Amino acid sequence: MSVKLITRQVGDVTVIDAVGRITLGEGSSTFREIVKDLVNKGNKKILLNLADVSYIDSSGIGELVSGFTSVSNAGGSLKLLKLTKRIQDLLQITKLYTVFGVFDDEAKALASF
Amino acid sequence: MILLDQRLESSLESVDHSEERAVALAQESGFSEEETYRLGYAVREALVNAVVHGNRYSANKVVHFKVTRTSRAIEVVIEDQGSGFSTDMQGDPLAQENLMNQSGRGLALIRAFTDEMQVERTTPGGTRVILRKFLPPEAS
Repeated sequence: MSVKLITRQVGDVTVIDAVGRITLGEGSSTFREIVKDLVNKGNKKILLNLADVSYIDSSGIGELVSGFTSVSNAGGSLKLLKLTKRIQDLLQITKLYTVFGVFDDEAKALASF
Repeated sequence: MILLDQRLESSLESVDHSEERAVALAQESGFSEEETYRLGYAVREALVNAVVHGNRYSANKVVHFKVTRTSRAIEVVIEDQGSGFSTDMQGDPLAQENLMNQSGRGLALIRAFTDEMQVERTTPGGTRVILRKFLPPEAS
């Protein structure tokens, strides 16, 4: 199963609800394209909900980093919501956990922008 | 005991299938759910490296994928037919200046999820990655 990404708007924050696996190939490229599209349309506050992401490989992590950089370079911010324990471990191993703003609660995440 | 010995085409489809096989073999060997996930993850990363960076998706090159069970570990050998690489030249993905690189984390994750990892040049020039995960005490 690849990843399914659904966007919704909460005020001026775009929430991307991700479901599935973000891995090399269709999964990671789908994420890349959606972030690129949002940035091009001027959406600078992006919250990526990973509650239903079962798996992310190093390529997927790379796309998160790339997305973070793209949004930051556009003057915005990309934050993460509801990481599973496994994804949290991956970000800690790769020392990225403190790079991203990570939240367990959507309301708090939205308020942080 | 050899559990699996295959030559794979250089495609992401073969990576997916082989990851599933590795996970199944880990489960059969008595690993916990978490250790099975970690071994599967490491195998997937090594296979992707072989397909993407080693063989560059070439239809003319294969990946040798072998899983063996010894008295103390599951050993996975993944060998490509590329032109090799030097781990010294990769740069440390965990160094501050490299943290925001888009790629380069695969080997670090493999190391984190396995008990032993070796990277070797092969003749005439591909790369062999050997991963070992120690069997749980009750299974060894």
